[in-house]
Amino acid sequence: MTPNRLGWSGRLVALGGIVWREAIRFAQQRERFLSALVRPLVWLFIFAAGFRSVLGLSITPPYETYVLYEVYVTPGLCAMIQLFNGMQSSLSMVYDRETGAMRTLLVSPYPRWFVLSAKLIAGVAVSILQVYAFLLIAWFWDIRPPPIGYLTLLPALILSGMMLGAIGLLLSSTIKQLENFAGVMNFVIFPMFFASSALYPLWRIQESSELLYDICWLNPFTYAVELIRFALYGQVNWTATGIVVAVMAAFMAAAIYAYDPSKGLVGRKRG
Amino acid sequence: MTAALRVEGVSHAFGKVQALNGVSLTVEQGQFVALLGVNGAGKSTLFSLITRLYDNISGSIEVCGHDVRRQPGPALARMGVVFQSRSLDMSLTIRQNLRYHAALHGIGRREAVERGDRVLERVGLLDKGGAKVATLSGGQVRRAEIARALMHDPTLLLLDEATVGLDVRSRADVVDTVRALADSGEVGILWATHLFDEVRTDDPVVLLHKGEVLAHGTAAAIAGVQTLSDRFLELTGVDEREIAA
Repeated sequence: MTPNRLGWSGRLVALGGIVWREAIRFAQQRERFLSALVRPLVWLFIFAAGFRSVLGLSITPPYETYVLYEVYVTPGLCAMIQLFNGMQSSLSMVYDRETGAMRTLLVSPYPRWFVLSAKLIAGVAVSILQVYAFLLIAWFWDIRPPPIGYLTLLPALILSGMMLGAIGLLLSSTIKQLENFAGVMNFVIFPMFFASSALYPLWRIQESSELLYDICWLNPFTYAVELIRFALYGQVNWTATGIVVAVMAAFMAAAIYAYDPSKGLVGRKRG
Repeated sequence: MTAALRVEGVSHAFGKVQALNGVSLTVEQGQFVALLGVNGAGKSTLFSLITRLYDNISGSIEVCGHDVRRQPGPALARMGVVFQSRSLDMSLTIRQNLRYHAALHGIGRREAVERGDRVLERVGLLDKGGAKVATLSGGQVRRAEIARALMHDPTLLLLDEATVGLDVRSRADVVDTVRALADSGEVGILWATHLFDEVRTDDPVVLLHKGEVLAHGTAAAIAGVQTLSDRFLELTGVDEREIAA
């Protein structure tokens, strides 16, 4: 290998290759794309329509007027797509480890932190496509944020996708077998989604239960939802941005540690 | 000339189980070295340490003069690996797998296509490049994995029980392919196996048992007046049926 391949130009090629492979796998799994779309659409078309008249919403930022429940719930559903995608990426890491394909990745000459980050970016790229496809369909359902919102949403989706992907990455290092992944659904995805501001504003939850409010307040997914909600209306929620970045950095560092052969969990397992 | 691989005094334990104990060996460029040992001898552990899937804490491992612990990038860039279990992406074609591997070594798409044709021709799979891995026979998958390992022009090729599970003809094809690579003088090969018929009398052999090197030299020198398998049984004290398994 020529020395320059180990530099940043080579790393860019490696990143492109990892994203390309993820895109091919995603294109081959049409049902994965469909289910990623159907899930939030069911919530939007059925759940939100049903609860429209039950759940009253006061004017809370970033909304400047009363909004329909469908409008309120849309950013939460965007985040839900990314949450499921992050866990799906983690599932594919466990699958790759079981089938041996993971070793191809780990014996790459690039630093492990870079390879794992590239894998994470590849997953986020796929999730962003899914979110925009969802928003396109939602547009026909009269969910129409300002046009600039579609642009300002992009960096928010990158950050929230990276945070949720990093959580998934850390999970993948601790899951020994694919069969154990069902537990992730029950103990990670559902609690994170329901105990957040995705479906109801936090003040509504506080009215019902202080404890639940505290849990939602501590849930990083809440901040991913709020980051997306504000970005969709061309605004920045700095608190949410800061927390999402901090949580992403913490989980990414933990995942890199777990995958490091000299320190973490994966290298210590006998294989 | 710097050795393709130099392992010195490497030990490794999983908790209280000592998997390797002071293992040393050298593979020169253009050399075919057989790492002979039954299942559980420590061959795969040694491979995991060389490829940095595990961290080597004691002893040193150098690939073309690069310590795998201190300079993992240059060391990994110079080695190609065929693992004991299949590691190709079954849902992709051979060419797609090769392109993915090339990218992981910083090789761009255009160059990967050229290199892909070259290595596929070398392993006799040029006409199968567009086939999905899932549709290939066991022997073809193994040769495709060898092609992949050669994509970045490694100086060292590691093959861990590369013929396990193959029929006699496929085994012979894989062994011939690898020996031709060694004969070309471009790459040093460490061939881990428990099958004596894959070892020639003039091959350098490292006999590994319970994590320790019991003998080191050409197969003829180790065997002496006995066959290599009889000498192996004598040195290790294992049952013949254990080898067959």
